[in-house]
Amino acid sequence: MTIITDPPKGSFRLSMLLNDTRYRSLTLQAIAAILLALAIFYLANNVVTNLQRLGLNIDFSFLGAPAGYDINQRLIEYTSQSTNLKAAFVGILNTLLVAFLACIMATIFGVFAGVLRLSNNWLVSKLMSIYVEIFRNIPVLIWILIIYGIMTVVMPAPRAFRGEDAEAAMFLGISAFTNRGVYIPGPEFSRIFGEMGILSAGIGWLVAIAILICSFFGGRTVTRRATRIQEATGVRPATLVTNLAIWFLPLIAFFIITGLAFEIPELKGFNFKGGIKIGAPLIAIWFALSIYTGAFIAENVRAGIQAVSKGQTEAASALGIRPNRIMSLVVLPQALRVIIPPLISQYLNITKNSSLAILVGYADVTATLGGITLNQTGRAIECIVLLMLFYLIISLIISAVANLYNNSTKLKER
Amino acid sequence: MSDTSANAVAFVRTESVPASAPPVNAAGPVKWLKDNLFDGVGNSILTVLAFVAIFLILSNTMPWVINGIWDAPTLAACREILDGTTGACFAVLSERWNQLLFGFKYPTEMYWRPALAFAMLFVAFAPVLFFDLPRKLLIFTGLYPFIAFWLIWGGPIVNPILALVGLIVGYMVFVRLEKTSFAMAMGAGVVSAAVIWSLSKVIGSDSAIFSIGYLETVPSRDLGGFMLNMMLGVTCVSLSLPLGIALALGRQSSMPLIKYVCVIFIEFIRGVPLITLLFVASVMLGYFFPPGSGVDLFIRVVIMITLFSAAYIAEVVRGGLAALPKGQYEAADSLGLDYAQATRLIILPQALKISIPGIVNIAVGLFKDTTLVSVISMFDMVGMIRGPILASTDWNGVYWELFSFAALLFFVVCYGISQYSQWLERRLATDH
Amino acid sequence: MNKSVLFGAMTVASLAAGAAAAGTLEDVQARGKLNCGVTTGLVGFAAPDANGEWKGFDVAVCRAVAAAVLGDGNAVEFVPTTGKTRFTALASGEIDMLARNTTWTLSRDVDLKFTFVGVNYYDGQGFMAPKELGVASAKDLDGATVCIQTGTTTELNLADFFRANNISYEPVPIETNAEAQQQYLAGACDVFTTDASGLAATRATFENPQDHVLLPEIVSKEPLGPLVRHGDNEWGDIVRWTLNALITAEELGVTSANLAEMSAGTNNPEINRLLGTEGTLGEMLGLSATWANDAIAVSGNYGEVFEANIGESTPIGLARGLNAQWTDGGLIYSPPFR
Repeated sequence: MTIITDPPKGSFRLSMLLNDTRYRSLTLQAIAAILLALAIFYLANNVVTNLQRLGLNIDFSFLGAPAGYDINQRLIEYTSQSTNLKAAFVGILNTLLVAFLACIMATIFGVFAGVLRLSNNWLVSKLMSIYVEIFRNIPVLIWILIIYGIMTVVMPAPRAFRGEDAEAAMFLGISAFTNRGVYIPGPEFSRIFGEMGILSAGIGWLVAIAILICSFFGGRTVTRRATRIQEATGVRPATLVTNLAIWFLPLIAFFIITGLAFEIPELKGFNFKGGIKIGAPLIAIWFALSIYTGAFIAENVRAGIQAVSKGQTEAASALGIRPNRIMSLVVLPQALRVIIPPLISQYLNITKNSSLAILVGYADVTATLGGITLNQTGRAIECIVLLMLFYLIISLIISAVANLYNNSTKLKER
Repeated sequence: MSDTSANAVAFVRTESVPASAPPVNAAGPVKWLKDNLFDGVGNSILTVLAFVAIFLILSNTMPWVINGIWDAPTLAACREILDGTTGACFAVLSERWNQLLFGFKYPTEMYWRPALAFAMLFVAFAPVLFFDLPRKLLIFTGLYPFIAFWLIWGGPIVNPILALVGLIVGYMVFVRLEKTSFAMAMGAGVVSAAVIWSLSKVIGSDSAIFSIGYLETVPSRDLGGFMLNMMLGVTCVSLSLPLGIALALGRQSSMPLIKYVCVIFIEFIRGVPLITLLFVASVMLGYFFPPGSGVDLFIRVVIMITLFSAAYIAEVVRGGLAALPKGQYEAADSLGLDYAQATRLIILPQALKISIPGIVNIAVGLFKDTTLVSVISMFDMVGMIRGPILASTDWNGVYWELFSFAALLFFVVCYGISQYSQWLERRLATDH
Repeated sequence: MNKSVLFGAMTVASLAAGAAAAGTLEDVQARGKLNCGVTTGLVGFAAPDANGEWKGFDVAVCRAVAAAVLGDGNAVEFVPTTGKTRFTALASGEIDMLARNTTWTLSRDVDLKFTFVGVNYYDGQGFMAPKELGVASAKDLDGATVCIQTGTTTELNLADFFRANNISYEPVPIETNAEAQQQYLAGACDVFTTDASGLAATRATFENPQDHVLLPEIVSKEPLGPLVRHGDNEWGDIVRWTLNALITAEELGVTSANLAEMSAGTNNPEINRLLGTEGTLGEMLGLSATWANDAIAVSGNYGEVFEANIGESTPIGLARGLNAQWTDGGLIYSPPFR
């Protein structure tokens, strides 16, 4: 027999708000809400009074006014007469570009160094530990300044390419490495898109990528068909020639039809003209972020590989799986579960650290919206709020992707 | 029979052959070389490549370092001494070391004060970092912030003493009342501490007490160089620890309002780069204070960096809290401990122990990030280099020497801390 | 660790305690120090020397104001500001005045609500190029890479100039002067553009200054001067007339050498009014009678300040040019002291 005693009704006392666990959390939250509201009111009130006293206001209309300055690195059409909003967009695209490039490069550096650090070659593994320790323990700001400085001083200036006995020569006659950037041959689709000017290369490449994607699906269909036949008859038909044809013939045909030609950069006036230019600021911040973050990723990779117990490898070989299949089927999938979450947080760090691009004159969003626009319009509060909002959105997207991945690879425990 | 058998065998060896030396390539340095450097074709290629890389790096930097000039008044003079040969002008370091370490405004004759504070820092941190040391040293750790404040900023010694007394009185009131109610004790403690602190206003600033132990005041704007990095790092990490723990507990709270406030705060701070927070400190935060309060840049930067690192520490501590077995929480409940007691006596001591390596990593990262203050016109180590030293007519154009020096200092400190962290991890590893 | 939090809060509280809602003049007098915003380091205008003393043309203006208000030219707290932080520092009251070679423009005056009290240096944006480049005019710079020091009106002037002349260029924005210099000297940009005075100052620090030329074009008007917040006209008047006192002193031949002799009284009534031996000009401003005397005593009159910091005898070697007295064909002109 259980007797459930209801709490005495109708005898609510004020002290119960603190002493009774049923009400206490409500009381505490109410107090917290009041304190929070007071704090927010205090700060907001201060802002309003300060701005009023100074006769200033919060006003976002400056975004629609012409920016008035030029940007050297832009992925979309932009002139000094474009609006501040457009300048911010140019900056946003530049931030995303350098973050994307640096994430790829950092992963390459990191995996390379992480694997080599576990190498049984004493010298190489020591070198890699030195790399990791040096880069992890010195501020990224110093690295960016040092790397930009080295690039500026070590690479030749365009004027070194001039004259009969020039100090510097173009690499293989088609590319130039200067301290203003790297100039490489750029494709031109002269026959069809020729008259479209600057857009031609872009559209041409989009079509080429579309063709490649089609080829990918085509190739997969062929492979699937081969597997089906193999499962049905036991004989796998030869697919190599068909696959090669599917991958390359359409692309080559496209290039021939459109008249693909490469425009080789040449020195005209002050600078190299023609071809594709990758600016020195972009290279500097890209390389600096990659090599710095690479050191952190190397540690993650090493930890991931070491986290897979040796028993797994031994069990796999006991089952008769070949060594390279052990790596791809047993060790890597388990190591990746350990490696990927910190890897994504490193990607987040790269995106946030790309805001240091202002140190090398790369026009990322901190340099346009939070830099020149802020300086020129004096709208500090507005610019910084927008800037923080942008980074916040990017970070939330990256975290959302990370959470999706973590949930999909979580050990399913029953 | 025995002799016939003896005759049947022509020769019997009665003692063993002395062991011959192993082949040259199976022992000693050669074997080591073979095993570690030239084990297979791929490895040999790697080794050769590594040697080439080392050679290239050393051949390019060593002449520069070895030919370095340590004594010259200006860059021009230094270049004259070098006379066209490759060499570094380390003279800038011997000329300006004080500015690099202490900033350009800290009075020269008072360098002993921050230096002494820096030395005492080790003593203060020792009992926190190494558990074997006598616990009584922790008293010094508690006193240290007040001593360091007095040493670095100067002013009458009464101020930090009053602050300390206020804290002690507040704590004693708290302990006395704790039995009745945690919240009430907390409130009473804060009030009594505030009463003591307001005493200094009551006494009046021209009272004779203020001349006791008076050190010349140094405004925080005059702090600079590596000292500023150290101070920002130490102050912000220390301040953000309690804040981070509170945020982590708040995030785990069952009260939705508190939980979501903490979540939003943490995710917001972690979602934006530190540099935008520093921009907030330099150009926005001024508007959040009452008109004319004039909270100086150092304090504003400390506030923002503290919030920044608190969010990261909160996440580390949350990991520690999550790693505790549920049984610990249940055991505390079954003993009849309330939330404050359970957290203070059972949960936090274990959760913090798990989080220490993570917290140390955050601290190293934060210390490196203090260099970002150079972007908002504070003269820390990097700010001194990029500002006054490179802008001066004497040393305009010296980059590598200065940045190498800065890199070296940061490396020594950060590598030291990360080595400690690894040692601690091994020490705390109790699982096998 | 709990202690540190409270301790920090207390520091904030004690600093905030100095709050006062009075006018800027009363604030400065109560504080005993003038907070003056300067650059983070531009030799000749404002830069700390090897001993940590701030030196320069803008610094001298700060010191003169401090002397006029507080009677002591060293009662200045120099607050280094960047292009980004300077306006907020002034608007939020962190500094009392800004003397950071800031160009007087309409939008800064009207939209950002600052009062420019005068012009202490008439500047204009110029270009510097290596001699070997063989460029004679900025109009020949089609396709050139241009290093810009950010944080001033420079970017806008540059864009306007190239657009007006219908030629193209590649901007490389750089944060600090030292880094821009490094880029320029390494050939990462063809020309370096900033205010002509800054270019001269920069060139002076080169190993081989004669290898670089300043192009003849001056593409903008840059009247640089000290500024204060809108809304406190009394304070604005003090800064304005302190600057004018330095200028008038030069016009009237009052120098730091003959100041003592002149302040005993002369038969030039304007000098007497300026130095406070006649009339009540100081009282009108809410200052002591000897305010201008004190201001001039710190580092001399306008001409002396110019010569000592950026004049032809210094490494920067700027000629007076536009910044000569109006009597010598320049633009420097002070309203009368009457």
